[in-house]
Amino acid sequence: MNVKYMFSLVAVLLLILLSYAGAEAAGMKTFFGIFIPYIAVAIFLIGFIWKIVGWAKSPVPFRIPSTCGQQKSLPWMSYSYTDSPYTKTGVVLRMALEVLLFRSLFRNTKFEQHGDRLIYRWEKWLWLFALLFHYAFLVTVIRHLRFFAEPVPFFVQWLEGLDGFLQLGLPGLFLSGVALAAAAIFLLLRRMYLAEIRYISLPSDYFPLFLIIAIAVSGIMMRYFTKVDVVAVKELTLGLVTFGPTIPEGVGGLFYVHMFLVCVLLIYFPFSKLMHLGGVFMSPTRNLPNNSRAVRHVNPWNYPVKVHTYEEYEEEFRDKMVEAGLPVEKGA
Amino acid sequence: MPSNNQKLYDKDKVIAGLVIFVVLATFPFWYNLGKAASAPELELTDKAKAAEKCVRDTQYMRNEHMQLLDEWRDTVVRDAKRIYVNERNMGYDMSLSNTCLDCHSNKEQFCDRCHNYTSVNPYCWDCHIDNPKEAK
Repeated sequence: MNVKYMFSLVAVLLLILLSYAGAEAAGMKTFFGIFIPYIAVAIFLIGFIWKIVGWAKSPVPFRIPSTCGQQKSLPWMSYSYTDSPYTKTGVVLRMALEVLLFRSLFRNTKFEQHGDRLIYRWEKWLWLFALLFHYAFLVTVIRHLRFFAEPVPFFVQWLEGLDGFLQLGLPGLFLSGVALAAAAIFLLLRRMYLAEIRYISLPSDYFPLFLIIAIAVSGIMMRYFTKVDVVAVKELTLGLVTFGPTIPEGVGGLFYVHMFLVCVLLIYFPFSKLMHLGGVFMSPTRNLPNNSRAVRHVNPWNYPVKVHTYEEYEEEFRDKMVEAGLPVEKGA
Repeated sequence: MPSNNQKLYDKDKVIAGLVIFVVLATFPFWYNLGKAASAPELELTDKAKAAEKCVRDTQYMRNEHMQLLDEWRDTVVRDAKRIYVNERNMGYDMSLSNTCLDCHSNKEQFCDRCHNYTSVNPYCWDCHIDNPKEAK
């Protein structure tokens, strides 16, 4: 038992109960099906922009990239093109590797002491499951456009075909949903069972994991087990995005739980570490070329200090200096 | 976050990024602009109207017909049992072609409408296109 994850777990359970009881027992379907989703999308969009603008207003006067390879210096020394980028192209490549393939997680090693030897072990599990988690989430989000677009765009249908290529059962199994739940559970267990990770984990680390696991599990439940009327669900979701919201009959309580949790995720998003979605593009340790040796970067808000150079000094006192026998650079 | 500072650094890139984000995030809103959200209307054949009741009740068929068909397929193929008894104690031949498509012979006006609406592309039709009868 750990108060940090119990706190998050209880919070998510309460949210589930709240939405289920609210939609099923209290009959607040309009509230959970129309009001909350609009609020959530508005908070998500405005909060996201507000956060990015705030970061863009924070000055980064100097180059502070994390250098993960040899810096560019003398022409005969080879340097790391993407791990210590010197050019714009290098930065773009570095960002692409980071955003698309999680380059920095791939660098993760495990540090161990064996007797008097220090060992860095190969440790790729975090990278693997983080990558799996994010791509599964992306595929799941794109797949959900089938509820938010009419006619369903070709790329959604194409992705569904790819995602369900196993043709297992009916309705056909989507790999991304299972991968999403499995990877999120792995990331959660990692925080719970590894002592050193548990030590640095906070409720704000557990909460999104529990929330996303609950979203994935409720989605899987609806698709494969308890079933909802998918046509009615699409009528509701499509009504939301065409600004003609309706609450059709036959949509079960589990759907409202699923949607409410997604809304909580959207509302929570701009105020949490989930903002790394936008933040990764704004991080100066990744998006700046490491060119401090070649280019002079002047702090833009430096106070205009009044300087008196040696040349000016000598100009002013040359006569007196010569008189006193002090050496001067220019002849009197 | 500095509150007194008004300058947006790397303005062009930041605004371009934000525009891309907003366009992607609001995709459903502009993609469906000016469309109505109504669910598809289904047409029942005369035979389906005359039968009044499907194998199970309507809401069950709406939500779970695919699971029922999956069970039927397994039962027929693996156990060689062909008769399904529903909760009204009525027996049905477990056959998509002979039972389901016998009443619902209008695939375009019945099956396809909801399937297209929710982007479902079942491979049942890869074989079961021989309506009305398959050889027994």
